[in-house]
Amino acid sequence: MSDQAGTAGAAAVQQKMTKPGPGRIIRDSILEGNTFTVTVLAIFTAFVVGGLLNAFTNTTVLHAWGNLFSDPGHAIATAWDTAVGAYIEMFEGSIFNPHTVSALFQQASFSAAIHDGYLSAVFNPLSETCVQATPLILAGLAVALPYQAGLFNIGAQSQLIGGMALTTYLGYGVSLPFFVHVVVCVIGGFVGGAALGWIVGELKSRTGAHEVIVTIMLNYVMVYFLAYLLSFPYLMQAPHNTNEISAPIAGDAHLPLLFGSHLRINAGFLVALACAAGVWWLLNRTTTGFEMRSIGKNPSAARVAGMNVERTWVLVMLLAGGLAGLAGATVIQGTDFTVNFQSYGTYGIDAITVALLGLGRPGGVVLAGLLFGALHAGAPLMQAVTGTPVDMVEVLQAVIVLFVAAPPLIRAMYRLRDTRAGGVGGVMSKGWNA
Amino acid sequence: MELELRGITKRFGSLVANDGIDLSVAPGQVHALLGENGAGKTTLMNVLYGLMQPDEGEILIDGTAVRFHSPKDAIAAGIGMVHQHFMLVPVFTVAENVTLGIEETNRAGLLDRRKTRRDVGVLSQRYGLEVNPDALVEDLPVGIQQRVEIVKALVREATVLILDEPTAVLTPAETEDLFRIIRRLKDGGTSIVFISHKLKEVQAIADTITVLRRGKVVGQRPPGTTEDELALLMVGRDVQLRVSKGAAQPGEVVLDVAGLTVGDQAGRVLVNEMSFQVRAGEILGVAGVQGNGQTELCEALMGLRPTMAGRVTLNGQNLTRATPAQRLSAGIAYVPEDRQEDGLIGEFSVADNMVLDQYNKPPFASGINLRLGAIAANATERVREFDVRTTSTQTPVGTLSGGNQQKVILARELAHEHKVLIASQPTRGLDVGSIEFVHRRIVEQRDQGVAVLIVSAELDEIYALADRIAVMYEGKITGIRPPTVPVEELGLLMAGGTDHDAGPPGLPESEPTPSAPTAGPGAGE
Repeated sequence: MSDQAGTAGAAAVQQKMTKPGPGRIIRDSILEGNTFTVTVLAIFTAFVVGGLLNAFTNTTVLHAWGNLFSDPGHAIATAWDTAVGAYIEMFEGSIFNPHTVSALFQQASFSAAIHDGYLSAVFNPLSETCVQATPLILAGLAVALPYQAGLFNIGAQSQLIGGMALTTYLGYGVSLPFFVHVVVCVIGGFVGGAALGWIVGELKSRTGAHEVIVTIMLNYVMVYFLAYLLSFPYLMQAPHNTNEISAPIAGDAHLPLLFGSHLRINAGFLVALACAAGVWWLLNRTTTGFEMRSIGKNPSAARVAGMNVERTWVLVMLLAGGLAGLAGATVIQGTDFTVNFQSYGTYGIDAITVALLGLGRPGGVVLAGLLFGALHAGAPLMQAVTGTPVDMVEVLQAVIVLFVAAPPLIRAMYRLRDTRAGGVGGVMSKGWNA
Repeated sequence: MELELRGITKRFGSLVANDGIDLSVAPGQVHALLGENGAGKTTLMNVLYGLMQPDEGEILIDGTAVRFHSPKDAIAAGIGMVHQHFMLVPVFTVAENVTLGIEETNRAGLLDRRKTRRDVGVLSQRYGLEVNPDALVEDLPVGIQQRVEIVKALVREATVLILDEPTAVLTPAETEDLFRIIRRLKDGGTSIVFISHKLKEVQAIADTITVLRRGKVVGQRPPGTTEDELALLMVGRDVQLRVSKGAAQPGEVVLDVAGLTVGDQAGRVLVNEMSFQVRAGEILGVAGVQGNGQTELCEALMGLRPTMAGRVTLNGQNLTRATPAQRLSAGIAYVPEDRQEDGLIGEFSVADNMVLDQYNKPPFASGINLRLGAIAANATERVREFDVRTTSTQTPVGTLSGGNQQKVILARELAHEHKVLIASQPTRGLDVGSIEFVHRRIVEQRDQGVAVLIVSAELDEIYALADRIAVMYEGKITGIRPPTVPVEELGLLMAGGTDHDAGPPGLPESEPTPSAPTAGPGAGE
């Protein structure tokens, strides 16, 4: 009897649980401190910390602070203005600058304004954000995809260099008609990166070499290999040049611009979005992705279920390398048009932070890539107007990742309930233990 | 110390894990908590140990209410816990593990290893624990590791010792040793809370038996209570402890294993020239003390371990070099020994786990595309067919109870076309209701003409299921017997007596009691 009553009661409670109101859902999801909420708060906190850092390293502010007791209002106001001023310029440089709109309306006619690029100027910040985000998204995917399969790819840098080198070579060394040349160079970027990724996958599956070690070492190998290629004219050095730089790629190998000649946004951004969608589809909608995720979560159960763990590792690293190679291709074909011995920049490291911030998911990587892209795009204007060094961006990135990697810290700061253990911080340790 | 729980209630969302539980443990008493998996035993103990806070109710020690905010509080109050999965550092010695967290230092501020070793020695002597303070934990057999856990609790001056499913990982001989230790502790005035779902053990050791069902106390019984009555209390209905099955009607040989030899990476031979056959419509039960090559045999049959020599054929098809995927396709259904490690992906949904080895075959895939609709429909149907208790098919399988996890594996393996069912420890850690369910399904398979190979450490299970019993010892079959064989004879075979000297003359020197290499107390010295 009591048994039946218990079941009925439980069923009633369960029904109650499954149908909460929308307000309740929103409130709960914010308070629960799930990974999304924590990520947003981590970004917010990083901006606060960055602002404080900026304000208290600024000489004007420090001087005003020296007169704190004679004029406290001034000190606080200066600090506030410095911190917020830098962010305003960063915003204007990366998303929207009201001055460009007023300039647009001061023009005599709208058509003339368009012709002279005043309309483009309004959208230039967004365009720059997308341009900066393109390689970050692609390289971020190169870390996120292996993460889903339980591998930690530190080697986006080497794979990106592989892509850059092959793309550039195909760009100046081969002559092909316009569209074909673009496609061949993009594919070359994928192949160049994939080759590097494949080496890692093969070494891991055949010999058990840890992918973290192998990728870190390959980063060094490729940095010096690139410098070597660019040191000899019979390899890739531009003729009659003493610098370590290649010849520029042919004009018909440039990625097509999307919105006219005044904006740098190009087809590379579409490639990045398509790749993110592709990775999502691969992971969530295909048998191969099912294998990758299974192996990422529990390799021994995957093996018992008949999956070929080693082959999947190779495939994952090959695809990841290809994605990083594509990142290199979009840089060469979209903005740089030539490769020098430092073209790889900090993409390899940024890729890891983008993947971490994106929680290892393709959609998250796109958002994280856009955020970091905006930081990079806004930095020059910020430095030009407020004198805040562009290194501020590195600080912000670092602090964001620091907080994202420590969910309990954010939960404690904002008094959120803990709903799930682990978090993104697990990425690192998992990578090492895999 | 008298420990009392009053009206303890603990909820997880809609689930009431503990519902107004009253319990009192007198000094020097062994109080058994008996219940199926998911009855709320572990939750109750976590509340008592300060790992969880009760939603209602209170804990009283010698009549005064206390609150435990963390295990630290519980330990300070004299409560010790031995978890089902040991909390030991494998590369540390016994003494180091025992002292971890309460390290004593000498005047120079250095660790006082000598004192720790002495303390461990004294304690282990007093209670007959016999652990060597200098042994590395990773070198010790499971039974001895458990003693280290007990010593850890005793060093922290525990007067109430909670043992969570302590026998789940032990061999029968180790269990006997544990019971001996429990009795000595009891005589010394320590109270023991003994959590289990094994009726016989509870009867053997408990002074009072409290039965939990669905989070409630459904009864308290003296140890003399019959097994039937306890089982009835636990599951709320009459459980058949014996499997009802007709006579086997063996057909053609389906699985033929000839001279199978399997080793490990170090080159040790773990399965040594084993030969046996399993026919359609019969159950071959492999009995033996754990660690005699049963695990490796199953893994080799599934292609998870390379074969050093010998042949495995299924209906004449040579599978000796086949991959796991090829073996699955050839018609092997496989229930692995360690379901959480090898059978399931805990974070994946029930639905995904239901197709874990079928995801790339129709109807669950067309080409490279997963057909999510078919996967979901399959899950709904299997959940109903196998009575898997889950809130939805999208629930992560790791949150289900052991019995329901095993049902997910069985549902998956029995759904695809198969001629052989290999099940290793199919009911380990399951409650009575689930055991019965699994056994019924296995017999059903036999009756449908499947060749069934069962490997189990539980003799009862082998007796209940098998049509023929093969006994393994040190990687070899020491004998194959009909299920009518007396238990003494099996014991002899399990101890290494071969067919040859199982006869009346010349009994082997070793005792028939399973003297596995893992068991002996000598390992502790």
